[in-house]
Amino acid sequence: MTQLATTASVPAYVLRLADDALILAQRLGEWSAHAPELEEDVALTNIALDLLGHARMLLSYAGELLGGRTEDDLAFLRDEREFVNCQLVERPNGDFAATVARQLFFAAYQCELYAALGESADATLAAIADRAVKEVSYHRDHAVQWTLRLGDGTPESHRRMQAGVDGLWPYTSELFESDDLLLALVAAGVAVDPVALRPAWSGFLGPVLAEATLTVPETTWAPSGGRRGLHTEDFGLLLAEMQHLHRSHPGASW
Amino acid sequence: MIVDWEAEFQRTIDADSRIEPRDHMPESYRATLIRQIAQHAHSEIIGMQPEGNWITRAPSLKRKAILMAKVQDEAGHGLYLYSAAETLGVSRDQLIELLHTGRQKYSSIFNYPTLTWADIGAVGWLVDGAAICNQVPLCRCSYGPYARGMVRICKEESFHQRQGFEILRVLSAGTAAQHAMAQDAVDRWWWPAIMMFGPTDDESTHSQQSMTWGIKRFSNDELRQRFIDMTVPQADALDLTLPDPALRWNDERGHYDFGPIDWAEFWQVVNGDGPCNRQRLAQRVAAHVEGAWVRDAATAYAAKRADPGAGQAGSSTAAA
Repeated sequence: MTQLATTASVPAYVLRLADDALILAQRLGEWSAHAPELEEDVALTNIALDLLGHARMLLSYAGELLGGRTEDDLAFLRDEREFVNCQLVERPNGDFAATVARQLFFAAYQCELYAALGESADATLAAIADRAVKEVSYHRDHAVQWTLRLGDGTPESHRRMQAGVDGLWPYTSELFESDDLLLALVAAGVAVDPVALRPAWSGFLGPVLAEATLTVPETTWAPSGGRRGLHTEDFGLLLAEMQHLHRSHPGASW
Repeated sequence: MIVDWEAEFQRTIDADSRIEPRDHMPESYRATLIRQIAQHAHSEIIGMQPEGNWITRAPSLKRKAILMAKVQDEAGHGLYLYSAAETLGVSRDQLIELLHTGRQKYSSIFNYPTLTWADIGAVGWLVDGAAICNQVPLCRCSYGPYARGMVRICKEESFHQRQGFEILRVLSAGTAAQHAMAQDAVDRWWWPAIMMFGPTDDESTHSQQSMTWGIKRFSNDELRQRFIDMTVPQADALDLTLPDPALRWNDERGHYDFGPIDWAEFWQVVNGDGPCNRQRLAQRVAAHVEGAWVRDAATAYAAKRADPGAGQAGSSTAAA
């Protein structure tokens, strides 16, 4: 890889991956003791734990590249505009159908992403991706099963699942956007080109949504900006909750 | 040949062997076990609330991961225990209904609030510590499925207790504000933890029969004393003070003496007027009611899979 890629852009890329995983884990953690059945309390927490594990490995790596910053420094001491997760993962949980739609879209994306990132020229990223791809394929499977049950279950579950798909679909376009940082890292063999992931992602989701009797909404709205630190209003509240205790005791150990 | 199954049942108990689901057992033995196992299962799932309360706010990612794993374990314990109860001829749905309508209880300790991060430490150290004292003897309970479930549960509870101790150890040795937070949590959780062992032996209504049946192995007061004896030196190691001025070693008894328990508070919380009784039950019922459409959808989907032609007016019936 090029020197330029190593010194500046790799940690910026790693933070995007880390923040996606961290923020989705935080959202899923909100489900604790609120799930529709006990088995789902176990499953959603398990998925959250996997994602938190990925986030911790990625944040630690980014912190090392940035020079002596810990996973907690990066999780708890950055402000809203410094987080570079996509907006999809920060969307509020909504009902169980909205959570399932978000999981389906995002886990299907992460499956393609981590499968490709296993070939990264950056050995650390490749190793993390190799481990994570096994776990996110389980997350995708869990989301597929619930999409089918809810989409093709009762009239109410169908209505709610379609509403979940409709509400979150616009946020998926951001997953496949490229920019100068990505182009440089793709050229260096470090990053995965998100544009290239879209056909496989769509190819996977199409039959699942069709079998679930769900339709993809027609929309021209494609919210974006997470990779540049532009988030939705809900995100500040998420961070306030996540960070307040850590920040209330500067320099303390936990 | 006519088998005197009541004598056979008692011989099994007396020989310290296990009663299994298909064995004959007195109806009152079955009812006692259902009540106890269900109450234990309900405690696991209600107990997820006060701890889940801090998942989104845990002060480090490591602590967040440990807390998530712990709350997940509790959901898993609920699942094993409901399954163990089901071997006695009740369904999980029936038991959940009894919980939601207040006809079965859960451990009163979960009717206290977790107000600061240190409460997560105190719950692990004191509440899980007391639960372990109660539960380890249940690994030898006369009912096989319950005893086997408890072996696994106790292993995980012991990890939970250690993580609670570790949270408090770091806080106690941390900044002055952290130390004060830890002391405040111990001040609030100590007496409720002591009360987890239930009424004194002379007041305990179910104890004697449960001892005869090999469901219970030690009395409430014996277990309470064991917990106190185990915990006082740990408090010293934590450099935290237990809020009982009467607590001191008694050489003659070979145990710690302790002060009077406020049984008025105990009964007030057991009978529904603790700080969080209403909140805990309301959240549990809300999660169940709000999840009804999800469970209905899963049932409807499974039925369609079993019989693809049914109830599909106007939509395709593509086979999987």
